[in-house]
Amino acid sequence: MGSRRINWLTLLFLLPATVLGLNQIATAQSPTYGVGRTPTAEEVRAWDISISPDGKELPPGHGNAKQGAQVYLLRGCGACHGVTGSEGPAPTLIKSDGKTKSQFPCLVPCVNDKNVMALHSPYATTIWDYIRRGMPLNSEGNLKPDEVYALTAFLLFKNGVIGEDDVLDQQTLPKVKMPNKDGAGMPPAWKHGQPRLAGYP
Amino acid sequence: MSPKQSGRRGFLKNSAALIGAAVGAIPAAADQPMSDNMESKDIKELIAYGERSHFVKSIRFPVAERMSPDDFGMTFHVVSPIQDQVGIITPSSLHYIATHRGSYVPDIDPSEHRLMIHGMVDRPLVFTMDELKRLPSVSRIHFIECIGNRAKPSHKTAEETHGMTSCSEWTGVLLSLLLKEAGVQKGASWVVAEGAETVKGATTIPLDKAMDDCMVCYGQNGEAVRPQQGYPLRLLVPGFEGIHNIKYLRRIKVVDQYYMTYNDYGHINADARVAALGTQLGPKSIITFPSGGQKLLGPGFYEITGLAWSGGGAVKSVEISTDGGQSWKAAEFRSPCYPMAHARFGFNWKWDGKECVLMSRCIDELGTVQPTRAEIGKYWNKPVDKDFQVPGADNSVFPWRIASDGSVHNGLA
Repeated sequence: MGSRRINWLTLLFLLPATVLGLNQIATAQSPTYGVGRTPTAEEVRAWDISISPDGKELPPGHGNAKQGAQVYLLRGCGACHGVTGSEGPAPTLIKSDGKTKSQFPCLVPCVNDKNVMALHSPYATTIWDYIRRGMPLNSEGNLKPDEVYALTAFLLFKNGVIGEDDVLDQQTLPKVKMPNKDGAGMPPAWKHGQPRLAGYP
Repeated sequence: MSPKQSGRRGFLKNSAALIGAAVGAIPAAADQPMSDNMESKDIKELIAYGERSHFVKSIRFPVAERMSPDDFGMTFHVVSPIQDQVGIITPSSLHYIATHRGSYVPDIDPSEHRLMIHGMVDRPLVFTMDELKRLPSVSRIHFIECIGNRAKPSHKTAEETHGMTSCSEWTGVLLSLLLKEAGVQKGASWVVAEGAETVKGATTIPLDKAMDDCMVCYGQNGEAVRPQQGYPLRLLVPGFEGIHNIKYLRRIKVVDQYYMTYNDYGHINADARVAALGTQLGPKSIITFPSGGQKLLGPGFYEITGLAWSGGGAVKSVEISTDGGQSWKAAEFRSPCYPMAHARFGFNWKWDGKECVLMSRCIDELGTVQPTRAEIGKYWNKPVDKDFQVPGADNSVFPWRIASDGSVHNGLA
């Protein structure tokens, strides 16, 4: 009898000890320095302009190429990119015949039309993301989601990727079949102390 | 948190400084002889913050392919006068510049700047600059090199062929510390880093690299990071291609996939090997003396000197050829060799006055040897002529041709 009672008592002592033990594990994963503050959900929403290839961060909205042509005019895109998107002085937005080198600035390596905006990205989200964060010059980040969808549709239509009436939105944009959809070699998994490419001289 | 363009503001400031200096210069001119070139700054300004002798003329210039400032007043790529530099630290004022897209240098008030860490973390965090400076700091010497640092036959000087690499002592907080503080969740594999400049330049970086040796830097060469280098805060991704070293760093998002930002997509290629060659940089070196545009003053002793570096770790050895690559001899180190940092090498040489071709090659701690263009061409099974473009980042051995009159020329020409 007596020993059983002790067992019960032991259990009563052990239970809180077990809870304490779990707490200690949780403590080990908690911050070491406790410097910095927790952002509000609204702050994170406002700051987080990253768009993944699967488009999960895309905001609601929609647009097609015809609407995009209007936005292109209204927002003055042509002032830098030209009336049809290829007249500069900003980088050309429309692919060329693939032979002539654009006289307008583009990123290195600037060969033929390989740097026509992000046409060669395997994902249309790259274009959407860039227009939203980087355009138009001197008023970056001010386009509304509908305008960004419409401009993306306009540029994809002008480059022969989608139809003029195709509507881009949260669902359809990530599904656009880009010309380079299957032609993109991804950067390698990186490991400390490994050469950049095995077998390369 | 709203970076302002500093162009007009800078112009007004400069005009004011000139007017002030002109007034201040009158009594000084009467007291002591002044050269025409004498710096027009007020002596109080120079006591407060010094500058180099007016006899020293070494300057950066924009790359020829796209001018800076461009038609829009933006800065794109500016090369560093690597042939004039000594030791391994690039003066902050001469650090090469590259921007995402082309950018105005933002004028960021550090008291308003924030760094947010969020995404697949247990505790999203926002840091002020003061808070970042409360955390344990590290200072490390690392190079940054642009993938556009590619010698062409038309280039005359080392500044043109190799001027888009620079090396600084960087001070800040390890990114791994911040990520541990936020608690990275299982399944995360990449981070997206983003700047606060107008274009919000962003790239995707492997989480393993972020947890290894990346730094969030507020210091460069003993003072605050320069505005052209990302003031008040920049990311350092040691040994990775320059574009990953996000300036004006405002956000790190921990994610589970490659995000393919605008700045990432330029790296992709149908061939994954090319993508690999554009991420971690290979061993590379350049002879800075004698180099293009310089002249040897007749036969005799000269120290051949230059810089070597590798994205794979510290430089282990450097070899010099004075016969166009037929034979190689070990150079000596004239500086410490830090991981992912410029190392200064020297090689005692007696020039016999005859035409010759000088080359250097770097061997890093992984044992990787800087390849020649011929070796690279063989790997890709492509003919190596003047037009051959090395796929990925170009770390090929570079030749300087010494003519019999002592003038130095691009050996690719």
